[in-house]
Amino acid sequence: MSGPSTYVPQSALGRWFEKRLPIMGLVHSSFVVFPNPRNLNYFWTFGGILSFMLVAQIITGVTLAMHYVPDAKLAFDSVEHIMRDVNFGWLLRYSHAIGATMFFLAVYIHMLRGLYYGSYKEPREVLWILGVIIFLLMMATAFMGYVLPWGQMSFWGATVITNLFSAIPLVGSTITTWLWGGYSVGGPTLNRFFALHYLLPFMIAGVVVLHVWALHVPGSNNPAGVEPQTEKDTLPFHPYFTAKDAFALSCFLVFFAWFVFFVPDYFLNPANVIEANPLVTPQHIVPEWYFLPYYAILRAVPNKLIGVIAMFASIGLFAFLPWLDTSKIRSGKYRPLFRIFFWAFVACVIGLGYLGSMPPEGGYIIASRILLSYYFIFFILILPMLGLFETPSKVPASIAEAVLGSGGAAYVQPKNAAAEPNTKG
Amino acid sequence: MLKTKKVAFMRKFSSLAAASLLTGLLAVSAVHAAESADTVIPEHQQWSFAGVYGHYDKGQLQRGFKVFKEVCSQCHQASQLVFRNLDEEGGPEFSKAQVAALAATFQVQDGPNDAGDMFKRPGRPSDNYPWNFANENAAKAALGALPPDMSELAKARTVEYGFPWFLIEALPFFVNEEQGPDYIYALLTKGYVDPPKGAEPVPNGFYYNAVIQGTQHRIKMPNPLAALFNADGSPQDPKFYTDGTVMTQDQVARDVSAFLMWAAEPKLEERKKFGFRVMTFLVVLAGLLYFVKKKVWAGLKDESPAV
Repeated sequence: MSGPSTYVPQSALGRWFEKRLPIMGLVHSSFVVFPNPRNLNYFWTFGGILSFMLVAQIITGVTLAMHYVPDAKLAFDSVEHIMRDVNFGWLLRYSHAIGATMFFLAVYIHMLRGLYYGSYKEPREVLWILGVIIFLLMMATAFMGYVLPWGQMSFWGATVITNLFSAIPLVGSTITTWLWGGYSVGGPTLNRFFALHYLLPFMIAGVVVLHVWALHVPGSNNPAGVEPQTEKDTLPFHPYFTAKDAFALSCFLVFFAWFVFFVPDYFLNPANVIEANPLVTPQHIVPEWYFLPYYAILRAVPNKLIGVIAMFASIGLFAFLPWLDTSKIRSGKYRPLFRIFFWAFVACVIGLGYLGSMPPEGGYIIASRILLSYYFIFFILILPMLGLFETPSKVPASIAEAVLGSGGAAYVQPKNAAAEPNTKG
Repeated sequence: MLKTKKVAFMRKFSSLAAASLLTGLLAVSAVHAAESADTVIPEHQQWSFAGVYGHYDKGQLQRGFKVFKEVCSQCHQASQLVFRNLDEEGGPEFSKAQVAALAATFQVQDGPNDAGDMFKRPGRPSDNYPWNFANENAAKAALGALPPDMSELAKARTVEYGFPWFLIEALPFFVNEEQGPDYIYALLTKGYVDPPKGAEPVPNGFYYNAVIQGTQHRIKMPNPLAALFNADGSPQDPKFYTDGTVMTQDQVARDVSAFLMWAAEPKLEERKKFGFRVMTFLVVLAGLLYFVKKKVWAGLKDESPAV
């Protein structure tokens, strides 16, 4: 997507069209000859998997919308109608519901890969921030989608989450009423959530285009964290990475299909097959697994407003990563201390996820507070300080060297990767 | 010198972080230990519809339907169940004639007719399975509580085995999506016991059931199997089961649990059959793509490095 295209169409018609709209040249330079670092590992296939998931969700979602009725009296029955009477309706609905889970699983792997290999560092800050925006849009889409089946957990989940806005001083309750379209979650809420749930995926698609554009300016980061220097460091996107991505996607689909066909209710809350009832509150209101860490953070704080702020901050902090992480070494592979804190962070998020699924009482609350503290300390203290204190191990001079070994030759220190701790300025 | 000090500081800091993580996890396990000792946790049962090749036992679904019709449906609604479902593939598979005859035994409200009046007519296969009550309030007034809708009941109930079982039960060979029928079966066969000594007396209108959690083991439903069995456990009507199956409380509970699973997941057979084909296709595709990738990338390692 950057630089003039070298594409020459084979046919006369192709040349005629290319002069008027050089879209084939764009595809050719972006997805055929585009140079990718040759040392990308399988964690770099999740971008392709995520693109696939977005398209799959839009296709199944649009088809489901042909049978779904966004009305508080009819929504639950229309979902049952899809499950029971629509041809392969169960397949559409399970693919869409479990697809959301798979989408988040893939995006979390994609994000942790970026965190581990320092993919947000200069010159990829804008690329990273666009990713954070996509993540936020995904969360909003998934939340509103979960409300649509209008089961007990849909209704009470919507009540809990929309009530968060009432914590805003002065205008809180006005905003909440405005969001609901009434004085509680009800028919108007369902209707507008359906409209937005249909709209947001297309906004995600738009930001994904920007995300890929911003990726294709500097090119992909790689496990070594050093930029390609010569042609030997890269391979053309096609056939090397199309083949690799296709294989990774097919493995991911095996995993996805297993849940769709053999354990479809695994990720679905049993309370959500009971129709929404404003008069009966479920024993435990829990969100889907992918929101559990944030839910744990929200409930760990005794003050509602500060809890809401902490929850949004825990996501918002990702956008500041390029500046919070002061180390000039990109890849965690060459940062021995960072690696320890990184895996502790992963364990912390998984722990928060577990706590989010538990009732907010006693030891669970204490544990949530401890993990919550580590979550924020990791971003605000550890990452900035590590860059000042940490002594990185030796970084290979080039990607080719990282792949093929130095052949007995001494490692050459690249200019920006000194073995001394890098003190900024 | 300074460098080693810094490293030592960071090491200390990281062990501190690890220690606080551990403290958090210990606090969690302490909470886990405190759980009611009287609770009966439903055990996993053998079901014909379990696993990758799972399919419903038609005879069992037909028996289960009879129990549902004679006992459950006296109070419970099955709002999503339509008569025609009973002859569809992957269900009890009664004949079309049987279903039409069954539907005709019910009087269904229809209308308004040309004169503007509502009227009753015999049921048709396209009608929903009727409920004994005109609406939810009528059921509440008559029964003291609203019985849960049975068309999704097997999916609305679950058994939580906790960590690490919740991870294991998603895996091939250990896969378990039958917690709903497990729960219903246990509630019927293991739940209705005498309350333990020293327990608070069960108030009028409630019954003790050890499987029910969160309400001090109280349930509004009296033991429904009592409608079919004498106090000594022998069937009231030995000819209730017409297919030669020995009628025990255990068998009846199993049959009706299986029927409720079908009512909640009528497409289970289609899903598993279709899924097996999709999985086979995807595994073969992944295998082929593995070799494609290997072939495309072959030879690259031999090139000399660029440095």
